[in-house]
Amino acid sequence: MFGDYSISDLGAILAMQGFAGLILFSVYVLMALGLAIIFGQMGVINMAHGEFMILGAYVTWMTSNAVQHVAPWLFPGYFFIAMILAFITSGALGMLVEWALIRHLYKRPLDTLLATWGLSLILQQAYRSIFGAREVGVELPEWMMGSWQATDSIQIPINGMFVMALTILITTVVFYILFWSSWGKQVRAVVQNRVMAGAVGINTEKVDRYTFGLGCGIAGIAGSAFTMIGSTGPTAGQLYIVDTFLVVVFGGAASLFGTIASAFSISQTQSTLEFFLSGSMAKVITLLTIVGILMVRPQGLFALKVRK
Amino acid sequence: MINSRFFNRSELLGFLALAVLLLLILPLSLDIFRLNLVAKYLTYAFVGIGLVLCWGYGGILSLGQGVFFGLGGYCMAMYLKLEASSVANTKIQSTPGIPDFMDWNQLTSLPFFWKPFHSFPVTLLAILLVPAFFALIIGAAMFKRRVGGVYFAIITQAIAAILTILIVGQQGYTGGINGITDLRTLHGWDIRTDHAKFILYFVEVVLLFGCIVAAQFIRLTKLGRILVAMREQEDRVRFSGYSVANFKIFAFCAAAVFAAIGGAMFTLEVGFMSPSFVGIVPSIEMVIYTAVGGRMSIFGAVWGALLVNFAKTSLSESFPQLWLFGLGALFIAVVLAFPNGLSGIWADHIQPRIDRLLSSRKSKSAAGMIADGAPAE
Repeated sequence: MFGDYSISDLGAILAMQGFAGLILFSVYVLMALGLAIIFGQMGVINMAHGEFMILGAYVTWMTSNAVQHVAPWLFPGYFFIAMILAFITSGALGMLVEWALIRHLYKRPLDTLLATWGLSLILQQAYRSIFGAREVGVELPEWMMGSWQATDSIQIPINGMFVMALTILITTVVFYILFWSSWGKQVRAVVQNRVMAGAVGINTEKVDRYTFGLGCGIAGIAGSAFTMIGSTGPTAGQLYIVDTFLVVVFGGAASLFGTIASAFSISQTQSTLEFFLSGSMAKVITLLTIVGILMVRPQGLFALKVRK
Repeated sequence: MINSRFFNRSELLGFLALAVLLLLILPLSLDIFRLNLVAKYLTYAFVGIGLVLCWGYGGILSLGQGVFFGLGGYCMAMYLKLEASSVANTKIQSTPGIPDFMDWNQLTSLPFFWKPFHSFPVTLLAILLVPAFFALIIGAAMFKRRVGGVYFAIITQAIAAILTILIVGQQGYTGGINGITDLRTLHGWDIRTDHAKFILYFVEVVLLFGCIVAAQFIRLTKLGRILVAMREQEDRVRFSGYSVANFKIFAFCAAAVFAAIGGAMFTLEVGFMSPSFVGIVPSIEMVIYTAVGGRMSIFGAVWGALLVNFAKTSLSESFPQLWLFGLGALFIAVVLAFPNGLSGIWADHIQPRIDRLLSSRKSKSAAGMIADGAPAE
């Protein structure tokens, strides 16, 4: 399969596919971060996570349309407004869902899976009724278009670099919130021992609600970033949800670092294979490998060492 | 023989009610098109019965039952397709005697895994054994390593996704996204006529009752009680010296075989098989039917499959927009308010009243008891 390419061609291919993989990696990380917080920290399986992401994408699309009509001078920077709006909208919806649905099911993790699946059906149909079944795409401001010519044969799209920078920023913020802020300490305390956390004066219900909201809000940002590299339809979230869950499980559910490592390895494997095989076979092989590894090592790549 | 110990009174009533409905009322009152639709719904009841054993009793939630449904269905479809693409029927192809989609994809000979499906007995065996073998591998790999609960659900879901992508991607070997279509005869017998559909309906109902009795048998033996014990206190069962993994593997394989029978019947009733019945969405819908009917009740699963599909057809015929809202809301409501589904409502609220009406001396409260309810309409 390498026969037809010269060494320098192969290098360029690897670099460019590697970069395509990095963009996929960014989307995976953004989606999986929210899921890792909700699933890894709270033990809730949120099958509607993809739909929260799509909500962020639609918010971005609406913002871009609104800015174009109302304040065209703002257009180059609309993306930052859209992202904040996406975070707030998805986060608020997440908190509402937690209050109405999830808090009744903390003791039944498998049932959260089923209930949130019902929620995802409702959200999908809502998007279809409101925004139409067709996929929508946003217009990028001029500075995001085009690509950076690294060498003769290597081109790197600017929007991809932007998504990556965004991913690094969000990841840093999430790590800061969870591991250094006092609120993050409260979250981890509640996760480790709910009763004791309540006894020392932490409002566990409030912590749960904000944690779920944070996870969903990050999904909204992921959706916002997603609009820059692809179009959005009502069912787009469903396409990514299983992949994302695999990323989280493969990395080791409770470890945020594991999530990032597994997102990296999965996306690189897939995009490199995609060049040499058809897209579907690349996906099949990647997923099979993950499932195979999970069968050998069910706790994931980076499991916390705990006694059970 | 069904004696009073095998089915208690309410179960016997449920069995009889279902038998009267399926064997008398529906065939006499519905035209052949509607009856064929009922037959299609009932194929999901097979999956539901498997899920009751595996999920309700064993506590193993599989979100990949579509895989086994699809494997059973594809095995049957491959046999029917080979019969439909005899050399005489496919003279115009560049390679006569192979299915049409292979010819369109420039295949010149039959792939090796299609060859056994020339034979009818081998096909019947494959329908039962291929899914069981898959389930055995998946189950052995996961349960021996004590992967369970949420992780198992996610991994089975991933397997459903993999199989769908594989079927869609390998168009030349599997028929791709369109699936295997244009099926005509089963062992020389035309399955497209109204008469054939009528007969197939009864064959299916008889098979369904066979599966119900088999599931009931599993439930009542020591095996069934170990499954329940395992769901409640897995470690205690393990410490008592039972191999928890083996029992789980058995329940998962049994569920897979039931689903495969349903899939094979689906192919016969509907006349085609496609990846849209294999993937994640249909797999979860099958779980929905079971949850609505009652995850603890074999009869509940049958009623759930019938009622939800009936609602789906009538709602999506008249209000296509509302259907997904309805299904989603139904699912949330069942999970939040009625974890035991319709059969739970029946056993908690309706059964006690009937009991009180029938005999005043029997004051045994049925509240909280998970009985296998008869219909809850």
